[in-house]
Amino acid sequence: MAVLVIADHDGTAVRDTTAKTVTAASKLGGEVDVLVVGQGAKAAADSAAKISGVRKVLLAESAELGKTLAEAVEATVLPLAGGYDAILTPANMDGKNFAPRLAAKLDVAPISDIVEVVSPDTFVRPIYAGNALETIQSSDAKKVITVRPTAFDAAASGGSAAVETVAGGEAPGTDFVSEEMIKSDRPELGAAKIVVSGGRALGSAEEFHAVMDPLADKLGAAVGASRAAVDAGYAPNDYQVGQTGKVVAPQLYIAIGISGAIQHLAGMKDSKVIVAINKDADAPIFQVADYGLVADYKTAVPELMKALG
Amino acid sequence: MKVLVPVKRVIDSNVKARVKADQTGVDLANVKMSMNPFCEIAVEEAVRMQEGKGGHAAGTATEIVVVSIGPAQAQETIRTALAIGADRGILIQSDADLEPLAVAKVLKAVVEEEKPDLVLMGKQSIDGDNNAVGQMLAALLDWPQATFAAKLEIGDGKATVTREVDGGVQTVASRLPAVVTVDLRLNTPRYASLPNIMKAKKKEIVTKTVADYGVDAAPRLKVLKVTEPPKRSAGEKVADAAELVAKLKSKGVL
Repeated sequence: MAVLVIADHDGTAVRDTTAKTVTAASKLGGEVDVLVVGQGAKAAADSAAKISGVRKVLLAESAELGKTLAEAVEATVLPLAGGYDAILTPANMDGKNFAPRLAAKLDVAPISDIVEVVSPDTFVRPIYAGNALETIQSSDAKKVITVRPTAFDAAASGGSAAVETVAGGEAPGTDFVSEEMIKSDRPELGAAKIVVSGGRALGSAEEFHAVMDPLADKLGAAVGASRAAVDAGYAPNDYQVGQTGKVVAPQLYIAIGISGAIQHLAGMKDSKVIVAINKDADAPIFQVADYGLVADYKTAVPELMKALG
Repeated sequence: MKVLVPVKRVIDSNVKARVKADQTGVDLANVKMSMNPFCEIAVEEAVRMQEGKGGHAAGTATEIVVVSIGPAQAQETIRTALAIGADRGILIQSDADLEPLAVAKVLKAVVEEEKPDLVLMGKQSIDGDNNAVGQMLAALLDWPQATFAAKLEIGDGKATVTREVDGGVQTVASRLPAVVTVDLRLNTPRYASLPNIMKAKKKEIVTKTVADYGVDAAPRLKVLKVTEPPKRSAGEKVADAAELVAKLKSKGVL
């Protein structure tokens, strides 16, 4: 049995999500290879080689793989698929984009967003916005799986796998046009140890940033937002924590002015410690919070800043 | 151009799903059902393409066909889409809850029959949360795909799509015919007006079965059990920020 992990990386190094997916892959048993797709991604492949337990790293490069176009990933992985019993990738936006395409080409049922490997053919995944967990058994000989990285520990480093080059595919029907990445010195929302999230109570985009940004910088935290705050235009879409946005599980999650709608809770309830600051003592967020402070954010956040020193 | 919009009937997004005591699934008896919110956004965008709104030239869409695979009541979901402005519907009746691969295979057969220039659909349904059918349909048809659309422009035989990706947005141009799946920011769906709801009642819905399409819809996945996630219980209230910081320090998270 051999398993292929398609890496998540930033061009120079693999992200933490890749080492977490390697952990999930190793639970299936057998050898684990990592495929790095990109362009000018040799450094990322070298960093993948250092993940403990990896047999070898495959590096595939093309202009279209540099933009992770699904059709190019398909063309790259299909010729390799015969050598693997399972193909895993983190359930981030890229993985969600190409994994089902790959599964359909292989005529297998994709298994999305797993949070547990019960056995090599049985997995647990959240459904209904995380309000239920289903345990499913796959009868497909080959499996295509996306992994929720927050549910697995990162594999240790210390490996020294060889890096081989394989052919990089193209995307005949889709052309890359442009991209606009949000530049930030803060940690990534999905990987941050501390997340501070703001809700609709903040009232405007100016207020959102005036309150959340200094607090995040003081804590070295990523900034998140509720869907209500995103819908109201207070925060950009990629701040959104919830079932339809990002699922996070940091060490510390601080919810400010967030009432705690079902869909928001689905995105953060696996955090280790949850703090809620809300002036409404009956807000549902308090039902999941380890520590609740019933107070207006306007007074509570400055006091918190002061207490943090 | 002709646009095909697949839609799904799911639990209403404001209802909390409850797991059945026997762990066989989620209890949907007497629960409010609605059109999947992402499907609604897809229908709205198709109608804007027809009306010439949302940055589209009028008549960008010339015919909007809505298709739903589901129980007889999925007809209501199709009627909702027709009330928003779609032209006609196809109900593919199935009491079995088809897996994404089977859904994609049935939709492929529908595409081969209807020959749309664009399939516009939600990125995921809020019940199964798979986020798979659009990508799989594109693969089976060997069509380009542009997923998680926050903006859509049609022109020069291409769909130019601004996609939600981690860390920002990416714009790609996919040659038509293509599959585009939509994300939340694309538009805000309208409420259907009463006259349009009345008009929708007269629009055509053809009823078919999965068997009519000769597709192998056998399940590949067996659901062993459905359970409730571990519950978090409410912790303690703190008096002020200073106490909060002290508690967090003693927990070792600060």
